[in-house]
Amino acid sequence: MITKPLISARDLRVTFELPSGGMPWTPPRLLQAVGGVDFDLMPGETLGIVGESGSGKSTLARALIGLVPATGQAQWQDGTNLIGLSPRKMLKYRSEIQMVFQDPLASLNPRMTVGQIIAEPLTTHHKGLSRDEVKRRVKDMMDRVGLLPNQINRYPHEFSGGQCQRIGIARALIVQPKLVICDEPVSALDVSIQAQVINLLAELQRDLGLALIFIAHDLSVVKHISDRVLVMYLGRVMELAQAESLYADPRHPYTQALLSAVPIPDPQLERQKRMIPLKGELPSPMNPPSGCVFRTRCPRAQELCARERPVLEGGAHLCACHFPGKLMAEELAKSA
Amino acid sequence: MIDTQQMQSLAARMTEAEVKGRSPWADARRRFRRNKAAMVSLVILILVALFAIFGNSLAGWSNEEMDFEVMGNAATMGMPSFANGHYFGTDDLGRDLFSRTVQGTQVSLMVGLIGAGIAVIVGTLYGATAGYVGGRTDAIMMRTVDILLAIPYMFVLILLLVIFGRSMSMLFLGIGLISWLEMSRIVRGQTLSLKNREFIEAARATGVPGWKIIIRHIVPNLLGVVAVYATLLVPLMILSESFISFLGLGVQEPLTSWGALISEGAGTMNYGTLWQLIFPLFFFCITLFAFFFVGDGLRDALDPKDR
Repeated sequence: MITKPLISARDLRVTFELPSGGMPWTPPRLLQAVGGVDFDLMPGETLGIVGESGSGKSTLARALIGLVPATGQAQWQDGTNLIGLSPRKMLKYRSEIQMVFQDPLASLNPRMTVGQIIAEPLTTHHKGLSRDEVKRRVKDMMDRVGLLPNQINRYPHEFSGGQCQRIGIARALIVQPKLVICDEPVSALDVSIQAQVINLLAELQRDLGLALIFIAHDLSVVKHISDRVLVMYLGRVMELAQAESLYADPRHPYTQALLSAVPIPDPQLERQKRMIPLKGELPSPMNPPSGCVFRTRCPRAQELCARERPVLEGGAHLCACHFPGKLMAEELAKSA
Repeated sequence: MIDTQQMQSLAARMTEAEVKGRSPWADARRRFRRNKAAMVSLVILILVALFAIFGNSLAGWSNEEMDFEVMGNAATMGMPSFANGHYFGTDDLGRDLFSRTVQGTQVSLMVGLIGAGIAVIVGTLYGATAGYVGGRTDAIMMRTVDILLAIPYMFVLILLLVIFGRSMSMLFLGIGLISWLEMSRIVRGQTLSLKNREFIEAARATGVPGWKIIIRHIVPNLLGVVAVYATLLVPLMILSESFISFLGLGVQEPLTSWGALISEGAGTMNYGTLWQLIFPLFFFCITLFAFFFVGDGLRDALDPKDR
């Protein structure tokens, strides 16, 4: 039997209207934060999403969970399209999809105790539970994520960053979701704490059979935890492949540039490494380049790239580029 | 060996009674207690409140009696004395100023507290709703506030009192109508900055309904600002009531308030009955000072970043 994907996104778009600043009848300026993203996520799988700041990673996550209005399709396992559901219908799916946020302390209400914070999704989705039952489950969950259950009455400011992130994870897991979206869950933490939190996530995923969407800009973290990796640039998918395949054989010039920037913890190798410098900055999403969005910074860009948008193709290792493949030395020299 | 010992101590720790958390409110309370001026002012406010509540049982005369011996020559016989029971002296009609001051304190404090109370409840909910919902709702709600604020409220209040007659309920209504406007603006501004914080987003992502987010997440985080502003609003309410009463439009005889008493005292101060002005003015001033100091202390305690 072929398992159905847990969530399957087709042509997912998020467009923000910016105030035009002119008269009320002047059309608003449009900012396309996510421009047609396709992917499938299997139950229990981890999908890493990487890309530089402003590439639309977080917006994609917020669109899936219904925090920003989107268009297109995001089909849940049972066939429902999650995009554009009314709040009432969406409520049922909100307990299936939970989110872990970037800033551990800011994502917890400073005026609520840890117990109240973790219990909130539970009391929202299971209204009939008695107070003792809620407390018991909260304590179980605290134990599970490595917090002392007797700290249930403490407030967020009494915890360290890593502990706050554990609280955030406990809050996400208490309603037994099928999918947890982690929006840069470790980028605000120390490296040693990052490892703890990532291992905790991986362990919980294994035990509970969760699917994870793991957003980060740290490529080594993503490699460690992900089954598949999706590379985004300016709201579009550049490359989507199995993690090993993507890291061993990056086909898109953008992915190659990203990977070349990862430092290697060995000074000799690091010195020999060839960096692929990217010129300029991310183009404005209000006025994206024609054709391939990456062409303005691509060392291999040709006339075709400006004319036609490349489609995402390539079987198991998907890549959206007219001229995929490893960059040659002379191309690098040209770009430098 | 050591391992088992460690495990045992760990187990003991795990089963230990629940640790009590130190809430942000408890922190603020600690900071407030260290602020001497605010603590002294708080004591003064408590004393003034006790004076308003229990003053009548200390008074030698009730506020309904007139001392006919004093009536007519208050300047010579009506001065403050313990012998005849008029601790604060009498007014020109021979009414005991002590019990009159108690009565005035009751009325003035009530006006201040009710005015500020309406401001807190209505203003907070209105401002938080406008800020949280945003968009067109916000625009309509806040433009309404702008329009109401543009009307000179003292003028409206005087008109109300003249048209519908002078009564306590009309006074409360008039003061209540205007007091929440500023508050709703402040609360809306705060809500806008809270709205995009991640914990609000987390609550929305979980599917907590909007009104619950306002009540449970936004309002508790606003209360610091609201508490500070409310303590500063009480003296403003007392001031505007006193102003109205000073004009002769406020509370009606036989009721009185600080403003009415001060007005009376000021009218007769040239005839050598200065106590008629001094005593109400003293209570008025110390209460206003105390409220301002308490408000200041609250601001320092609740918003440590500001110092």
